Amino acid sequence: MLYELTGVTKRYTQRRKVINALDGVDLRIAEGEFLAVQGSTGSGKTTLLQMLGAMDRPSGGTLLYAGRDLAKLGEGDLGELRSHSFGFIFQAFNLIPTLTAQENVETALVPWHVHTGERRRRAAEALDGVGLADRARHIPSELSGGEQQRVAIARALVREPKVIFADEPTGNLDERTRDDIIGLLEQLWRERGQTLIVVSHDTWVASRASRRIWLDSGRVETPPEDDGSIAETASGPVPEPALRV
Amino acid sequence: MFFTYVYRELRRRHRQALLTALGLAVGVALVVAVTAYASGVSNAQDEVLQSLYGVGTDITVSQQQKMDQAGSQRFGMQPPDQAKQGKKFNRSAVMTSPGQQSISAKKLAKIAALDGVDAVTGSISMTVMNVQGKFAQVKGGSAASASSSGSSGSAQPASGPSTQGQTQMSPIDVSSLSVSGVDVSDLKLGPLSAAQITSGRSFASTDAKAKVALVTRAYAKQNSLSVGDTKKISGTKFKIVGIVVLPSGSTSSDLYISLARAQKLSDNAGKVNQIYVRAVSADNIAAVKKEIKLTMPKATVTTSEDLASQVSGSLSSASSLADRLGKWLAIAALVASFAVASLLTVSAVSRRVREFGTLKALGWKSRRIVGQVLGESMVQGIIGAVLGVALGVAGARLIAAFSPDLKATLGNTTRMPGGAPPGVSGAMKALAGAAQTVTVHLTAPVSLQLVGIAVALALAGALVAGALGGWRASRLRPADALRRVD
Repeated sequence: MLYELTGVTKRYTQRRKVINALDGVDLRIAEGEFLAVQGSTGSGKTTLLQMLGAMDRPSGGTLLYAGRDLAKLGEGDLGELRSHSFGFIFQAFNLIPTLTAQENVETALVPWHVHTGERRRRAAEALDGVGLADRARHIPSELSGGEQQRVAIARALVREPKVIFADEPTGNLDERTRDDIIGLLEQLWRERGQTLIVVSHDTWVASRASRRIWLDSGRVETPPEDDGSIAETASGPVPEPALRV
Repeated sequence: MFFTYVYRELRRRHRQALLTALGLAVGVALVVAVTAYASGVSNAQDEVLQSLYGVGTDITVSQQQKMDQAGSQRFGMQPPDQAKQGKKFNRSAVMTSPGQQSISAKKLAKIAALDGVDAVTGSISMTVMNVQGKFAQVKGGSAASASSSGSSGSAQPASGPSTQGQTQMSPIDVSSLSVSGVDVSDLKLGPLSAAQITSGRSFASTDAKAKVALVTRAYAKQNSLSVGDTKKISGTKFKIVGIVVLPSGSTSSDLYISLARAQKLSDNAGKVNQIYVRAVSADNIAAVKKEIKLTMPKATVTTSEDLASQVSGSLSSASSLADRLGKWLAIAALVASFAVASLLTVSAVSRRVREFGTLKALGWKSRRIVGQVLGESMVQGIIGAVLGVALGVAGARLIAAFSPDLKATLGNTTRMPGGAPPGVSGAMKALAGAAQTVTVHLTAPVSLQLVGIAVALALAGALVAGALGGWRASRLRPADALRRVD
């Protein structure tokens, strides 16, 4: 198992009120899995992504990644993990507006202190891999939504991370572009065998995953339309269920 | 990547970047202009003090004349006998400067031997009064004697009770000539230290006993004198060998002769009434002054600092303005510009939460992001420094071009306490009370050092702003990158 979560909780204090964003999550994620995380607004999807992506530490419970308890790692170690093992795709693309498409991809390689020439070469290759080689010198404002998200995907993949996190990757896109992006993600997942964890409220997007989980009030619950069986997708093997309500 | 990112980011928000740089520039420009103004005032004060005091002189020593030592001057204008009535007469008298007591030249040697003294010289200043006219004519009696009145111009002889008959009085011309006797072997110290020869030559060391004189340009022009002419001083003819000009407002005499000749004319052999001292360094002045006071307890010992505190007039007001208002205004403007730059930088960082959060999510360390913010801030600081120096120099030039001429007035330090002694005529009272006024044009010099300070201040402001912005950026969490789009 790549991830093993046992009783993971996350509490925030907001205006003197304690909010249990995650309230005892038990979850296992296998290496190479395509997992969709669904849930209504405020259910804790983003918080779960933050925990899995080493962006924050849980308040309680155990969160093991490749055998390491992320709850016990310092900020420096979490940063190392993010820069070497994880890639991120955001709903708003989160590209640096003043840098070109290629330079945006290069920002992922800056923490690696790669030589400038090597950095540019790898970024160009990553852009080519998402079909945007001819748009390398354009800044985000000169790219369409779909193209921006492709740049973000290239940025996430350029380091060949073990896990890719996508937070509502198609939230700002029209249907046709959504299909293109999810198709691209799926294709890259198949080719590279990386673990892909996607947060999406879009049922169609979730249906593309090999497994999906439903979060409700910080807990993993049965999806509302599910009859209790695990949703199967057209792609990839489906691992043993590891959900505990 | 670093420079590319800095350049692109500043170009994207160029208006805000320019505003931040301008904020720094205004604060720095004010510091430059005020400091230049203060330097100009200080230079003007030095110029005033030099002209009033003499170049190279650190301390002057004089001695107040005791009240009972002052005598009156009588010119004996009473006709000696009946035959002289109505006849012309010409009398002159040499008087050392009123209120100043003669000092033995041996004191010079004592002062020269003191620690911290580099050089000492003495001078004797005197006034030669000349009265000419006609003896009064009395029918059947004699006229009372007259005293001089006024420094120049006609005067009526005072008439006392006539013994008998009527007195016919004629106008009497009174004129005066100020003469200084200087040590011709060392002209770098003393009354002629700031003098410039405009015609002829200066004194040579061989002129110690010669009957030669230097005359000021103003006096020469007034009396149509030139090099080669002779001038009679109390019956002795002196040959004019040079014409000099001294700095405006400086204490100058009409004529300068050798000290030995002046001592002989004024009957003050081996004496001076003014001592000039140059200290080894500016740090020694106070100590030397103390030693001289111990050597000559009754003497008035004055340093340039003492004179500076006596300066009044518009220059003095300008100096106060620069010191008090100007300094605090510049500090306030600088603090305000730092605050504006800091606020704008922190505000810019706050608008880039998602951007910096994303970079952190990508693995960028906090110090790398802080470095980015600092880099952007320093570029703004460099722009601010260039603009600030340019604005400051322009401001200083405007001050120099449009500031009015300033006046500095120094009251005569040898003013006699309690007024003139009894018997001293009105002319000498006026001489005793004369103040020195110097007019100077204010400049506002901008030195390289000042430019360096201005640049450093702008960069310091940028550093403060960048540090605050960087601190804000370092507190951003990677999770901030995942904030929902509204």
